[in-house]
Amino acid sequence: MSAVMRYSTPAIVLHWLVALLIFAGFPLGVYMVDLPLSPDKLKLYSYHKWIGVTVLLLVAVRLGWRLTHTPPPLPDGIATWQRRASAITHGLLYGLMIAIPLSGWLMSSAKGFQTVWFGVLPLPDLVGKDKALGDLLAGVHQALNFTLLALVILHVAAALKHHFIERRPFLQRMAWGGKERT
Amino acid sequence: MRMTGLILLAALAAPAANAVEYQTVLPKQSTIHFEFRQMGVPIKGGFKRFTTQMAFDPARPEAARAQIEIDLASIDAGSPEADDESAGKLWFNRSVYPKATFVSSQVRALGNNRYEMRGTLTLKGKSRDMVVPVTFAPGNKAAVFDGGFVLRRLDFGIGEGMWSDVATVANEVQVRFRIAATGN
Repeated sequence: MSAVMRYSTPAIVLHWLVALLIFAGFPLGVYMVDLPLSPDKLKLYSYHKWIGVTVLLLVAVRLGWRLTHTPPPLPDGIATWQRRASAITHGLLYGLMIAIPLSGWLMSSAKGFQTVWFGVLPLPDLVGKDKALGDLLAGVHQALNFTLLALVILHVAAALKHHFIERRPFLQRMAWGGKERT
Repeated sequence: MRMTGLILLAALAAPAANAVEYQTVLPKQSTIHFEFRQMGVPIKGGFKRFTTQMAFDPARPEAARAQIEIDLASIDAGSPEADDESAGKLWFNRSVYPKATFVSSQVRALGNNRYEMRGTLTLKGKSRDMVVPVTFAPGNKAAVFDGGFVLRRLDFGIGEGMWSDVATVANEVQVRFRIAATGN
């Protein structure tokens, strides 16, 4: 069997870094919202926002990399509809990884809390304090997140299906075991 | 004789146009704001309801006096959640201490329409002496007094227990006020 084509090293690093941050930031967000007000709640909110801003930056870099580098081709024998679904899913994942932190940042501004990255770097408030807008953006942020959750489940399930059920060496595409596409 | 001399001096120091004692406060043009940091994030707030009694004659600043009473229920602490939280025992304990008061004790002219006001701030049953710089800006309709000071919230037990962690909510609260008053 020929060596598996894999993504470039920067793409792999960015993929797993962003995945790790999403897997930390998402449950943190779900957990923190219903906590009674306390210093711990304020800390968790800040950590959540710092994670979100970091994701936004990393995804901007990722998107730049993705648009200038061709990913390894999907293995032969994957149905056309699956190739199309894969392209759509990846597009939506990128869109959400940008839209979700952005909606959180705007929501925070609308609720009257500037986002200060790591408590040091203030991000500009792109909208003023506005309770109705804040509540609306909270709903948008939540809806986008649960859409992301569904797509991530699909994304992981598809990768696992190709790898374990169809028995293609698929997971290596996003790992360092394979041969980098040149 | 000495009395006459003093009156003469006062008359010389204060031109007729300035010989007005500001004592009618205009509540709508008067504000009390504050700002503090929470996890490094600046949070703005203020009090909507407060009453001010004052008397200030630029010719006799040493005789000036001011008394401010703040209705703590009129707080804007940055968010509805924080407004509610601030009423509790750990913060203002508002059911027991509904008001904050400031009473001046001494006013000293620093020149250039700047003054130093000393007085006592009472908050949550604790009284502390404060030194507050105030600038005076005479206007056509009303004079404006701008002042500010840094309040260390823990001096007054504002934010006790878990909230005494100043790494989360800073100890320093920058307070700024603007009092507009006329001499009528």
